[in-house]
Amino acid sequence: MSKLGLITKGFIKDNPTFALVLGMCPTLATTTSAMNGMEMGLATLFVLVLSNMAISALAPIVPDKVHIPVYIVVIATFVTVLQLLMQAFVPAVYSTLGLFIPLIVVNCIVLGRAEAYANKNTVFDSALDGLGIGIGFTLSLTVIGIIREILGSGSVFGCKFIPGDGILAFVMAPGAFMVLGYLMVLFNKYLKK
Amino acid sequence: MEFLLIIISAIFVNNILLSQFLGICPFLGVSNKLSTATGMSGAVCFVITLSTVVTYLINQYLLVPCGLEFLQTIAFILVIAALVQVVEIVLKKISPSLYQALGIFLPLITTNCAVLGVAITVVTKQFTFGGTAHMLNLGEATVYALATSLGYGLSMILFAGIREHLAGNDVPKAFKGLPIALITASIMAMAFLGFSGMV
Repeated sequence: MSKLGLITKGFIKDNPTFALVLGMCPTLATTTSAMNGMEMGLATLFVLVLSNMAISALAPIVPDKVHIPVYIVVIATFVTVLQLLMQAFVPAVYSTLGLFIPLIVVNCIVLGRAEAYANKNTVFDSALDGLGIGIGFTLSLTVIGIIREILGSGSVFGCKFIPGDGILAFVMAPGAFMVLGYLMVLFNKYLKK
Repeated sequence: MEFLLIIISAIFVNNILLSQFLGICPFLGVSNKLSTATGMSGAVCFVITLSTVVTYLINQYLLVPCGLEFLQTIAFILVIAALVQVVEIVLKKISPSLYQALGIFLPLITTNCAVLGVAITVVTKQFTFGGTAHMLNLGEATVYALATSLGYGLSMILFAGIREHLAGNDVPKAFKGLPIALITASIMAMAFLGFSGMV
C-alpha cells in the first residue's frame, strides 16, 4: 500500500468510529461541542502515533506471552506524558476533558492498532498508520461535535449563529447516542463499500 | 442517609452507562443476549468493587505519601490487569461454576474503561453528598463502586432485554445492528434523564 494510502485509509474505509466502531466512550462523552470533540481527537492522535512507533520498535524483543501487559504499560506511559504536558500548557482543556484523558489508556483504538498493525510493521509505517487512524478519529469526533453543538446550543466552534437556547437534550446524554446512531445510518447507507 | 444518597445517585442519577458514558464497548458489544449481558454485568460488578478498594488503598498508602500521584494512570491499570488475572485464577479453583459463567468475560474487563474510570474518579473527584464537598473515605468509596456497578448491571440488562426483542423486528437495512441499538440507548438515556435533580 502506498504511504499516502496508509494515512487516508483511516478517514473512511477504516474509520475508527463508524467503520471499526472502537473507542465509543470518548466519542459519546466528549463531543458536547465541536471544539471538545476535536481536542479529544487530537489528544488520542498524539498517543496513537507515539505508542504505535514505540510498539513497532519494541515488538521484536517482547516475549509473546507478556505482550499485552507490555503494550499497556507503553501506552500508559505516553498517556501520562500527555497528561503532564496538558496540565502544563493547556490546563483549561485538561479540566474540560477530565477523566477521558487518563482513559485513553483503555481506549480500544490504541491497543487495537498496536495488535493489528504496529507489532508487525516498520516504525515509519506504524507512525503513518497511527496518524491516519488518529485523523479519522479526530474527524468523526469533530463532525459529531459540530452537529451536537448546532442542535444543542446553536453555534459552531463557539460562534453562535442561531439565537436562543437550542435543544438541551443534544448536549446531554441522549443526544450523544442519537447523533452517533443517525450518523452511523448515513455512513452505512452512503459510504460503506 | 449519606450512603443512601450515594447509592441512588450512582445507580439512577449518574448512571455510569447512560449519563457518564463509561464502559460503552461491552454495553454495545455483548448486549445481544440477556444471558451474556447478565454474565458480563456480574463480572464487571465484582471487578469494579474489588479493584476500587485495592487502588484506593494503593493510592492512599503508597502513591500519596511518596508524592507519586502522577503515576496513578500507570499504577491503576497494572493493578487492574493483575487483579483480573488473580480473580480468574482464584475463581477457577474455588468456584468452577461461577468461573464457567463469567469465564469468557473476565479477560475483557481489563480494557473496560468503567473499571479504570471508577478507580480514578474515586481518588480524584470531590463529592458533595451530605452538604460539604469532600473526598470519599474508604467506606464511601466501596459503596460508590458497588452502587455504580449495580447501575451498570441495571442498564445493561434492561438494554439487552430490549435488544432481544429488536432482533425479531423488521428494521431498515441501514439501521440494522448498531445504529438502531444506539437510538434505543438514546431513548433509554432520555428516560434516565428523568432522575436528574433527584439528588
